[in-house]
Amino acid sequence: MRAVASYVAAALLLGSMAAVPGQAQEAPTPPHQEWSWQGLFGTYNLADAQRGFQVYKDVCSTCHSMNDLHYRDLAGIGLSEDQIKAIAASVTVPQGLDDQGNPKDGPGQPASMFRAPFANPEAAKAALKVAPPDLSNIINAREGGPDYVYAILNGFSNPPPDFKLAEGSNYNEYFPGHQIAMPQPLHGGDVTFADGAPNSISAEAHDVVTFLAWAADPNMVQRKQIGWRVVLFLVVMAGLTYAVKRKVWSDVEH
Amino acid sequence: MSDAAAVHGHGLADEATKRDFLKLVTGGAAAIGTVAFAWPLIDSMHPARDALSSVEPDFSPFVCGAGVTVMWQGKPVFVRHHTKQEIKAAQGAPLARLIDPQADSARAEPDRAQWIVLAGIGTHLGCVPPGCKAAGLRGDRGGWCCPCHGSQYDTSGRVRHGPAPANLAVPPYAFDTDTKIKIG
Amino acid sequence: MAGQLHDSDFKNPVVQWIDTRLPIFTMMQKEYMVFPTPKNFNYFWNFGAMAVVTLVIMIVTGILLAMNYQPNTELAFDSVQHIMRDVNYGWMLRYIHQNGASMFFIVTYIHIFRGLYYGSYKKPRELLWMIGVLILLLMMATAFMGYVLPWGQMSYWGATVITNLFSAFPVVGHGIVTWLWGGFSVANPTLNRFFALHYLLPFVLVAVVGLHVAALHVTGSNNPLGIDVKSPQDTVPFHPYYTAKDSIGLCVFLLVWAIFVFFYPHALSDPNNSIPANPLQTPDDIVPEWYFLPFYAILRSIPNKLAGVCLMFGSILVLFVLPWLDTSPVRSARFRPIYRKVIFVLVLAVVGLGICGAHKPEGIWVPLSRICAVYYYLHFLVILPLLGKLERPLPLPESISKAVLRRGGGPLPQAATAKPMEKA
Repeated sequence: MRAVASYVAAALLLGSMAAVPGQAQEAPTPPHQEWSWQGLFGTYNLADAQRGFQVYKDVCSTCHSMNDLHYRDLAGIGLSEDQIKAIAASVTVPQGLDDQGNPKDGPGQPASMFRAPFANPEAAKAALKVAPPDLSNIINAREGGPDYVYAILNGFSNPPPDFKLAEGSNYNEYFPGHQIAMPQPLHGGDVTFADGAPNSISAEAHDVVTFLAWAADPNMVQRKQIGWRVVLFLVVMAGLTYAVKRKVWSDVEH
Repeated sequence: MSDAAAVHGHGLADEATKRDFLKLVTGGAAAIGTVAFAWPLIDSMHPARDALSSVEPDFSPFVCGAGVTVMWQGKPVFVRHHTKQEIKAAQGAPLARLIDPQADSARAEPDRAQWIVLAGIGTHLGCVPPGCKAAGLRGDRGGWCCPCHGSQYDTSGRVRHGPAPANLAVPPYAFDTDTKIKIG
Repeated sequence: MAGQLHDSDFKNPVVQWIDTRLPIFTMMQKEYMVFPTPKNFNYFWNFGAMAVVTLVIMIVTGILLAMNYQPNTELAFDSVQHIMRDVNYGWMLRYIHQNGASMFFIVTYIHIFRGLYYGSYKKPRELLWMIGVLILLLMMATAFMGYVLPWGQMSYWGATVITNLFSAFPVVGHGIVTWLWGGFSVANPTLNRFFALHYLLPFVLVAVVGLHVAALHVTGSNNPLGIDVKSPQDTVPFHPYYTAKDSIGLCVFLLVWAIFVFFYPHALSDPNNSIPANPLQTPDDIVPEWYFLPFYAILRSIPNKLAGVCLMFGSILVLFVLPWLDTSPVRSARFRPIYRKVIFVLVLAVVGLGICGAHKPEGIWVPLSRICAVYYYLHFLVILPLLGKLERPLPLPESISKAVLRRGGGPLPQAATAKPMEKA
């Protein structure tokens, strides 16, 4: 049994080691934040997520696409069908081909993909020198997840006196190597929220990270709910099967 | 001795029933668990969320008597705007003589009788009967005519001449405004 | 004689009709119900059954995923996103399958450890063991190709690094790599064929697992004491004793799997694989999944490419010949006091290799990976052959049933100590 325990511990240790890679370029570890969706019972704060969507729409979507999302998905952060239709209709998106076979544009529909700022990464690179990453999964795609993205958004500052900042780069405390191609996106007051919520850099960053976390994992709440039922069922089953085993083996010396 | 055996036998029987009940509960729980696990797997094969979307064609630039075909759920949907004569003919058709009797009021919205929305799949073997374009094959009843085996549908999409056995289906739809329909 | 029906014992007329023409029920009865199984198994013996259940669940979820997956470089990543977001319970299918790979390796590594500790590879089970090593190789190939399919950064670069290894072989190396790729880099032909093979190999695995179980049923199972079954008193029928016991292990195993799937689905995965593959940008650190880390560490421990490749594959090939490397006449480590400590050091070395594999090959990780790799080979090629000759094993019990009766009692009676040792 001790051998089993040590082996299991080793396996778990290995697993944790596997999640440690990529500390190649120096940058401090982003400070830990408390997020509403973390933990076994966490859920997304829908008000935060809706404000975060507004931040994405008004600020980030100028450069960043979110190609895995469709407007109809926004029901997941609590927007009504009418709100979704209005949001979709307010943007112009590709609508297939016209009668001549040429691509045509039109107002968005709930089924439309989020409007991408550039038709493809090459166009983005041509306009901005570096293609900004798609944000649909950014929270999953960075070590540190929401803490990292939050730290980046808040981490812009002037470089220290002896730091050599390359042309076209911006100094960011938490970006590996400290030189990020993205200019500071949030300055505070970039967006005015209808519910009067604070719009400082950190408040906007908090809200947009909540939105991005939802975007990367929209099924999280359902997943945890089902998870509790499954875990409970299996615990009960383990108990039942143990009782059956004891009964079955009661007549054998073992 | 026999008393002890009887008691012993009775005890064993009790034990056996207790063991059986436990096994029954455990087996039953395992079966329920397996079915509960199987359901999401089967459900995953149902249409995904992106297949369930609606389509909302806008008909402001519409010409009276014209029709258009839009795609919904991968299939054609006919939307046609009828002239006054066509509306009269559709409403006046004698129900007793129809292959699949159905009043026009059950197929087109009574206060928007000039609009008909139909699933463009023939009810015989599934061909798409042309008839939306004004100059197309509309058949004897001015509706749709299927070139595959010669079925004819009237302006209300009802079958008038076989081999099709049923009227063209009416998909779920609703009018957003006078010129905008949401299909699905 | 042709036209002769099988002699079936079943009462139910439908079962009898089938069984006389194809004796599957007789076979099930014999192999999985009355099959005499040693009665002293501990919970280590659960892991084979757990592995089979894992294989079945992986095949079922895999087929359902394959209904939505697109094996084309332009579409693959997005098809996985479609599964995660739009397919009903697609997220669940994906997380079960993704974490299932890790569960499969955990279960298999523990199953292998059981074999090493209790001498299950020794005569007459050598072929059973070798078939098992073949299963491990098939699992590794399947897992490697499966990881490429989502077409994330780590999928692409992991595939590039590992397929490039084959160029180490002299003369034919580059030809092999081009043939594997179906092109001049990891690209659409590679992805397509990896999908085809990833779908195929699990069914090959099912067949090889069938051979594995068939071989087991010829010799019968080993047991924690490592001594042969002497009489029916030593055994119990597989059903209901071990069907009941296996179901406990199964519930606990599924519980662990469920905790990963529903609460920590990303615990064992790399963030880089949530970034679509970019052939123009190499990630900072190319790391395989945790179950490949010890092999990865062996590969990188030698500066010479060919030597690294040979030592990495060699570390599995050496397992094939293990039955002949271990010279001890005693099977179970219970009666081998030195071997028991030695195998613990082997486990440490393998864990050490795993930790090295997760780090970049610089600083202390380089000498550490070399020490552990050397020890690994030392264990199999030097220590085991010598230990068998030099070790003084503890006296073996007379039989399983006697040992089981004695359990919890005092020391062995004098008579038992005087008995000659059990030959393996």
